[in-house]
Amino acid sequence: MTDSQPVRELPSKLVQLLRMLWRDKLACIAAAFLLLVICCALFGPMMLEDLATKQNLRGRNAPPFDFSKNWTFWLGGDALGRPLLARIIVAAGNTMMVAAGAVFCSLLIGTTLGMIAGYTSKLTSQIILRLADVIMSFPSLLLAVIVLYMLPASVGNLVIVLAITRIPVYLRTARAEVLEIRERMFVQAARVMGASTPRIIFRHILPLVFPTLITIATLDFAFVMLAESSLSFLGIGIQPPEITWGLMVAQGRSYLTSAWWLSFWPGLAIIFTTLSLNLLSNWMRVALDPQQRWRLEMSTQND
Amino acid sequence: MTDHLLDVQSLSVEFHTAGGTVKAVQDVSWYLDRGEVLAILGESGSGKSVSAAAVMDLIDMPPGRISSGRILFEGRDLLQLSQAGRRAVNGRKIAMIFQDPLSHLNPVYTAGWQIEETLVIHGTRRREARAQTLDLLQRVGIPDPAASAAKYPHQFSGGQRQRLMIAMALALRPDILIADEPTTALDVTVQAQILSLLQDLQRETGMGMLLITHDLGVVAEIAARVVVMNSGRIVEHGSALDIYRNPSHPYTRDLIAAAPGKGDLPSNTDRRADALLDVQGLSKSFGQFEAVRNVTFDVMAGECVAIVGESGSGKSTLAKAILRLDEPSAGKAFYKGRDLFSLSDKELFNIRRQIQMVFQDPTQSLNPRMSIYELISEAWVIHKEILPRAQWHERVQQLLEQVGLSADHAQRYPHQFSGGQRQRIAIARALALEPELIVCDEAVSALDVQVQAQVIALLSDLRKKLDLAYIFIAHDLPVVRDFADRVIVMQGGSIVEQGSVRDIFENPQQSYTQNLLAASLDPDPEIQAARRAARSL
Repeated sequence: MTDSQPVRELPSKLVQLLRMLWRDKLACIAAAFLLLVICCALFGPMMLEDLATKQNLRGRNAPPFDFSKNWTFWLGGDALGRPLLARIIVAAGNTMMVAAGAVFCSLLIGTTLGMIAGYTSKLTSQIILRLADVIMSFPSLLLAVIVLYMLPASVGNLVIVLAITRIPVYLRTARAEVLEIRERMFVQAARVMGASTPRIIFRHILPLVFPTLITIATLDFAFVMLAESSLSFLGIGIQPPEITWGLMVAQGRSYLTSAWWLSFWPGLAIIFTTLSLNLLSNWMRVALDPQQRWRLEMSTQND
Repeated sequence: MTDHLLDVQSLSVEFHTAGGTVKAVQDVSWYLDRGEVLAILGESGSGKSVSAAAVMDLIDMPPGRISSGRILFEGRDLLQLSQAGRRAVNGRKIAMIFQDPLSHLNPVYTAGWQIEETLVIHGTRRREARAQTLDLLQRVGIPDPAASAAKYPHQFSGGQRQRLMIAMALALRPDILIADEPTTALDVTVQAQILSLLQDLQRETGMGMLLITHDLGVVAEIAARVVVMNSGRIVEHGSALDIYRNPSHPYTRDLIAAAPGKGDLPSNTDRRADALLDVQGLSKSFGQFEAVRNVTFDVMAGECVAIVGESGSGKSTLAKAILRLDEPSAGKAFYKGRDLFSLSDKELFNIRRQIQMVFQDPTQSLNPRMSIYELISEAWVIHKEILPRAQWHERVQQLLEQVGLSADHAQRYPHQFSGGQRQRIAIARALALEPELIVCDEAVSALDVQVQAQVIALLSDLRKKLDLAYIFIAHDLPVVRDFADRVIVMQGGSIVEQGSVRDIFENPQQSYTQNLLAASLDPDPEIQAARRAARSL
């Protein structure tokens, strides 16, 4: 409006964000990979469901990289001769649903409770914290076993169980950060201005707590995937013929000496997904922080 | 030709940062002789500490790099010495004390042990070290050395900790003592004590002392020669008196002109009749500890009342209680006739916009995640009745210009500004609510002298234009003298004395006020010399 300077900064927030993503090549690759996983999760089960569940006893434990076979067998076949590649693609659906659902629910509930515990009266805070302690001191596997014996083992119930066991992590972190940030000068400045409690929490405290929580969430993603597989292994999680990456790792374990690829490929999928999430969250932490953002903005001027 | 004790010759140091190469000091030369005190004077970012850090080998390399120059100590170039050679000089021959003694003392060892350790490392036997430590503690004025040696650092006050640091630095009888802002974190009365201790010790031992400071008063009190630095270069060099009397460089002239507390005292004018704020019997205690005890004062509309006191006097607690950031334990505060402490939440919300606060450290009082536009316009998000959204942009630009910033700064973030600019932003934010009373809690204490003068000028200008009243909290008397109408002196939670600026400065009644005035340093070396002479009588 006044000078040329504000005009230069005017491209919409989304365009700015995409530009910053492009500048961090690793984060860009990570984003592309995650997009691929999401596509697999959305469309994989629809298109490859039959292929992934059809047994083919002649292809039992077929070794990978045999390019004479159908493309679905390029990563080998499992103990019942089902193509691993197709199974990984199909399993992405369940895996993502359980992991993302559990992480998202625990993040949401944990953060909310943590914020409340950190910002309100001592009594409320004590009640919430003791609840978290109860969850933490109760073996999560035992809790899952009890709940899943009573409820049918569906994706929804699995998400609930996993979410409950992971809540304390976010709750504790959020509370600790809030306790520190609420004493900062700018929060006091907002109080002097008459800002309401929700405003202080959402506008002033949450944006500073969020990057930490997101980083924890990405790490938790892998944990949840593996926890889900151990539940499946105990026979109370996702059950065959449904598949998840964790379940595939668990099933392949007995063949590790003779057919390593059974556990290796789904394991690789888990590693890559978590790694990508980590890279992306790392990028996000920088991109969302005005003090750090120049690192992403500057590199173009140098290029 | 190098008969100086320490001779820094055309030293240049650069730092490689993401933003490019920064030349921290360029072509800096100074020398220090045995038995003299040299001061390096400069504001923050002037590079005054860098050359001392180079002497002590404290520059991290990389990112730092010494690009040219020599540092001669007793004729040997320190920069050519091996690591082991440097260590033999550091501590033993050249010792250093720092601004913040708490962070340089290890909290898990007793004070006595830490001093002993310095001696033991450099080859004294444990038993002798013990005896020497007690001597040293005695010498630097720590009461009851034997008992104090067994205490931990956190059990000492700030001034005593600095004394411990001095004892530790002097343990090995160094030839040179480098003091980097040794008194900046201390109260004025403690500062005076520490400076006189340093002076006595320097005379006794005949060591050379290098003092790094931003404070003209400290220079006037202690230094014979002074080197003035600005943006990495030496702008002037000479005797302290000469430079104060006849500064030849415009920067030095500005610096001296900006020193507070030299203007004429305002004459006593009649106070206006309408009390804006009337505080009666305010007390605030934390458990057993009474931080504020039965404080009574009033502020008229358009008046500036300064509250002065040393750390721990309860002045900030008082401000927080008035703003209801902390609930007071007892007392009343009538704002335009209504008691602030008995308001309902809704009434309090309405009164919030009339009393605003500017905090000490603008780096912390501005949310780092919000742009300047968001920071200032937040006032109107909270108090919607002030301004319709369509006018926000225009008003933010107006406010920015009013506090001396440019309108297109609105899209930037706080970290892109200097300390003084950030404090201007904080003031603009306070003004956005159109308040009638602004509480400034040490609002200029963290700023350089020149910036301090600018911000004070801005505050008085705004006061005239907008008829604002201020409660101006400070630990520094000279700052208050130029700016306030009335002064309230606090000690240990209660008011010791209050009166007009003229009365307090020219005719202080209480001994505490008199001490406080006597301890604050005048930038004029002659006046300081006269005061020193008066003290020693």
